[in-house]
Amino acid sequence: MAEVTLSHITKRFVRETALSDVSLTIPDGSFVVLLGPTGAGKTTTLRLIAGLDRPDAGDITIGGASVLDLTPAQRDVAMVFQQYSLYPHMTVRENLAFPLRSPVLRTPEDEITRKIAEVAEVLHIAHKLDNKATALSGGEMQRVSIGRALVRDPQLFLMDEPLSSLDAKLRSDLRVELKRIHAALGATLLYVTHDQIEAMTMATHVGVLDRGRLVQFGPPREIYENPVNLTVAGRLGLPRINALPADLFPGAPAGAATIGLRPEHIVHGEGQAAQVTRVEHLGDQTRLHLSLAGHDIVTLTDPHTDLALGDSLAIAPRNPLYFAADGARIA
Amino acid sequence: MSSYSVTAASPAQKWLAGTLVIAYALITIMPLLWIIATGFKSPSDAIAYPPKVTFEPTLEGYVNLFTTRTRVTPETLEQLGEPTTWYDRIVRQYDMVIAGPSRFGERFLNSVIIGFGSTFLSVFLGTLAAYAFSRFKVPLKDDLLFFVLSTRMMPPIAVAIPIFLMFRTLGLSDTHAGMILLYTAVNLSLAVWLLKGFIDEIPREYEEAALIDGYTRFQAFYKVVLPQAATGIASTAIFCLIFAWNEYAFAVLLTSGNAQTAPPFIPTIIGVGGQDWPAVAAGATIFLVPVMVFTILLRKHLLRGITFGAVRK
Repeated sequence: MAEVTLSHITKRFVRETALSDVSLTIPDGSFVVLLGPTGAGKTTTLRLIAGLDRPDAGDITIGGASVLDLTPAQRDVAMVFQQYSLYPHMTVRENLAFPLRSPVLRTPEDEITRKIAEVAEVLHIAHKLDNKATALSGGEMQRVSIGRALVRDPQLFLMDEPLSSLDAKLRSDLRVELKRIHAALGATLLYVTHDQIEAMTMATHVGVLDRGRLVQFGPPREIYENPVNLTVAGRLGLPRINALPADLFPGAPAGAATIGLRPEHIVHGEGQAAQVTRVEHLGDQTRLHLSLAGHDIVTLTDPHTDLALGDSLAIAPRNPLYFAADGARIA
Repeated sequence: MSSYSVTAASPAQKWLAGTLVIAYALITIMPLLWIIATGFKSPSDAIAYPPKVTFEPTLEGYVNLFTTRTRVTPETLEQLGEPTTWYDRIVRQYDMVIAGPSRFGERFLNSVIIGFGSTFLSVFLGTLAAYAFSRFKVPLKDDLLFFVLSTRMMPPIAVAIPIFLMFRTLGLSDTHAGMILLYTAVNLSLAVWLLKGFIDEIPREYEEAALIDGYTRFQAFYKVVLPQAATGIASTAIFCLIFAWNEYAFAVLLTSGNAQTAPPFIPTIIGVGGQDWPAVAAGATIFLVPVMVFTILLRKHLLRGITFGAVRK
């Protein structure tokens, strides 16, 4: 395990700049989640650290030493890909043994057998070990793929949306499993996702990327409660933060163009009257769609609410977030 | 009765399709069956008119193919006494004795060496080149690929004279190495293009995973790409072998006593007294066997190979 740093990393592809001047420290033993929309540079960051691509500028260190001149094999990192994760011509067992048999590790066969049994136990794939990799379901494939990273004892785990192709139940099971593995191994993980639940539940740190820049880096709660700009504020939170003209409510600070309201920022029963346009009962919560002076607002209310379409509800902001015209947070 | 389906064929459609396939198979296999049958006919049955469909099979053609024979006087025949083997007996009917083996065996062996040698070399070099074209930034890649393809834009025999002169100067005429090089050169463009298509289809993620798993680029190629390209390699090998095995014009032009392959040899059988069609047919039949065996061995790869790109695995 080791601390990983990126300093002033820039990576350009033929037509676009994928990453520009990104600096990031992944502390030893941390679980860092990279969030961002498609094309923000999340996967590029993983590939640069893994050594599959070379940055145009900047340096990457693992455990204090620059790894720029090392091959992927020499960097001692494990990576779980989003898809095409298993070698299709091998059995599950061969897939798991593959990294252990590499010229870098040269693990003795009895050690391989022991480690595979261990990992298969953890990921509940022991009964599938002799299946062809292609004869597995999507969830099993992805578990084996995570297993192939776990059999090694790398300095860093890189995971590129490993759970995105799985169904909801399996995803939540594996989330718990990954968190448990992280705690048990004391492993350092860099994890790419655009699923905010994954980010909030697993991360010790969250980095938000937007158009090749690292916009904010910190603990998930800080990112949620103290976003530096509107983009970051929009990445976390369900339902999404409501971005409304600042002058819709009284009390906006000077220079504020947008007021950002999460459900917990909206007090019901006082202030301005809004029309209920839709009520969504989700079981454990109820989503309320409101219309205020022609603007749509989505918020949460009591699961057993009596509010119905056309009702009127007074709402007022409480400790809202304010953003300037360029999106930067001002209060 | 099963429910109505838009995509499943009705029994009538299946019957029609089956009948058409069988009819087509019969038409294409007919000449082949005729050649095989002719190999087991006596010379008179072979040229009988109307052609004989039923006949008494004999191995005369095969005996004539593998032996040289001389005519002897009846006195000499009597001195020799009763024939001791079944093939002696066949030959004696025509007042002949076996003088020795024919050169068919060594010609056939030449075909095997040159055919499989050039196939191996084409596929080997083709795989490496295709991998490089598929995965690396090669300067002028498109132009190079077009150049590779352009070598197939004219019939190879159009450059027969320059090649003949080149071979003579380099001492490659009538050598196994020369023929292997020539067939490899002709097959290489096909091999590169076919294999590039197959390797393009293998996602790069597999190699990248192998690189991260601790392997070198070459090991990743060998352990991850090659096994997945097996289908493409097999079908490419079949195409290369069929060309090299059947090639006639260059073989006539460039080989004679030493490296001559079976295709230019088989027609020469015909010239020795009478027209020995059964022997020619026997030669052709034996000549078919290796390609047939090779194709049958690789057939499970072939179907996917020929339709590659059209269907996903």
